[in-house]
Amino acid sequence: MRCSLKLLVPVMMLAVPALGFAQQQPRLGLGTPLSQDEIKKFDFMIGPEGKELPPGHGTPAEGAAIFAKRCQVCHGQNGQGGAVRRLVLGGPGNPHKGPFKDNEKSALSYYPYATIAWDYIHRAMPASNPGSLTNDEVYSVVAFLFYRNGIIKETDVLDQNSLPKVEMPNRHGFVPEIPVYPPEKKPSWF
Amino acid sequence: MDANGSGRRRFLKQAAALAGVAAGAGAGAEWAARGQTAKAEAQPTVAHVHGEQRRGVRMGIDHITFYTPLQDYAGIITPAHLHFVQQHSSHLPEIDASQHRLTIHGMVDRPVSFSMDDLKRMPSVSRIHFVECHGNSSPIIHDQGNENMGPPVQFIHGMASCSEWTGVPLSVLLNEAGVQRGGDWLISEGADPGKFTHTLPLAKALDDCLVAYGQNGEPVRPEQGYPIRLIVPGWEGPFNVKYLSHIKVTDQPYHNFNQSMNHSLVRNDLGGKSRWYWYAWGPKSVITRPSAGLEPLRKGYVQITGLAWSGGGAVRKVDISTDGGKTWKEAKLQGPVLPKAHTRFTFDWAWNGDEAELVSRCTDDQGDVQLSRAELYKNWGISDDEAKKPARAIHFNAMQPWRVARDGSVSDAMFS
Repeated sequence: MRCSLKLLVPVMMLAVPALGFAQQQPRLGLGTPLSQDEIKKFDFMIGPEGKELPPGHGTPAEGAAIFAKRCQVCHGQNGQGGAVRRLVLGGPGNPHKGPFKDNEKSALSYYPYATIAWDYIHRAMPASNPGSLTNDEVYSVVAFLFYRNGIIKETDVLDQNSLPKVEMPNRHGFVPEIPVYPPEKKPSWF
Repeated sequence: MDANGSGRRRFLKQAAALAGVAAGAGAGAEWAARGQTAKAEAQPTVAHVHGEQRRGVRMGIDHITFYTPLQDYAGIITPAHLHFVQQHSSHLPEIDASQHRLTIHGMVDRPVSFSMDDLKRMPSVSRIHFVECHGNSSPIIHDQGNENMGPPVQFIHGMASCSEWTGVPLSVLLNEAGVQRGGDWLISEGADPGKFTHTLPLAKALDDCLVAYGQNGEPVRPEQGYPIRLIVPGWEGPFNVKYLSHIKVTDQPYHNFNQSMNHSLVRNDLGGKSRWYWYAWGPKSVITRPSAGLEPLRKGYVQITGLAWSGGGAVRKVDISTDGGKTWKEAKLQGPVLPKAHTRFTFDWAWNGDEAELVSRCTDDQGDVQLSRAELYKNWGISDDEAKKPARAIHFNAMQPWRVARDGSVSDAMFS
């Protein structure tokens, strides 16, 4: 045990100066530098502001056709639920305002930011062949599901500029609204 | 050809193969059945002694769960093949380690890619830590056991395991990349088909996190994230991203799917809003023997034993009650007692043949004390009416009571 404590000490020392940290420790010089072009090939994570969204666009009508072909087999007609998660609550023009039951959390209306659905569908769906939808197809499927959830109108077009601006019905449904670290309470009372 | 159809068939085939591994052909299949533990122990075989214990298994179309048989292992180290698995995508990835890369990019001075060779050249550490699914011990699971999932202590609490993890401190890797001022959050992504993604505060990353390639002296197994996974000591399971491939340094949390949907809980005490960004596990303990569905007690000496742990630090003490929490006595801690690691406790008891209710309570070195279900439900605003029906919950660390009947049989007393 003494041994592992000794190992912990240098790690903790490394951890102390969070600012200017990089400048204060000698580097090992291992690893291969990455160019911005190389990073573009794998960096698909999209933040809540949508800064990384690629160009593209889609409408609910376009999304309906793609959903029927690529998504419905698992998620059911109009995303009402099938073999797996239900994606739609409420209906066109009638968004679910909450509170959400635990088994309703899979509906796109639950997410506080519009970008979360785009990011996940783009990287992880369809489960049988993740990453196989084009950017336009992802915008379209998200537009269709947002329309079915009553979040956007049937005539709306989603693209890299309009998608992050979509106001989600559960935008203020999370505590803390802006995550903080360290947390304000002991784990038992959190 | 329909891509969805072929993918589903592939998943079902792989799931069936995994089920075969888990439930086992021959002796293993029976072993997994609830109540078989006692029989197997009474007639030990070479196969049993040498690791024929099986994880309980539960599968859905979009997840695979294996439960650690907490009732069957000794000490604090979970054998790697018995470590729990919670796989949130349809199948395990097949990764060629020689081609695998870990990148660090985003708000860094030097975006960098590490090969496995790079990682193994770096200063390494080995540390013993538990990993526990955020959904472990969920109240709702008490009603959902079946013969494939093992006895109650296994399927209720068996999504917690403890290993010696070997790898490179994440602080060393971040130092190579040079985190820029304001880069306070890391978004970690796995190379699994579901691209499991979670947000981690930089301060925790610099404190004690590891990029692990070794588990209990062998390479991290495919179901545990081969060739590398993140180990975030003491924190809930989803932070420990498997098949780790990318870390993006950002100025804000990203709230990805796994975080906002799967790792949040709607709570009455928050007016129906959801708690998210849970971090460390609170103090926790469970008596693994005696426990429900195992061999009946006989009058006289009984060793009560189990595991305690806390995401807040080391276990300071474990108290045992044999009368449902009315009176408490301190258990013995069987070393080693390590921070953010399972800690084995034992308690000498003499059963007099009367009804009894066995409970353990953990206090950690931060002074945080494990709560009863009633206390925890009160905090979360769950009413007495609702409390009679097991609810779905995450981050659940309440004390587990086991009831001993006059015939020596033991049952789950959490909701009855």
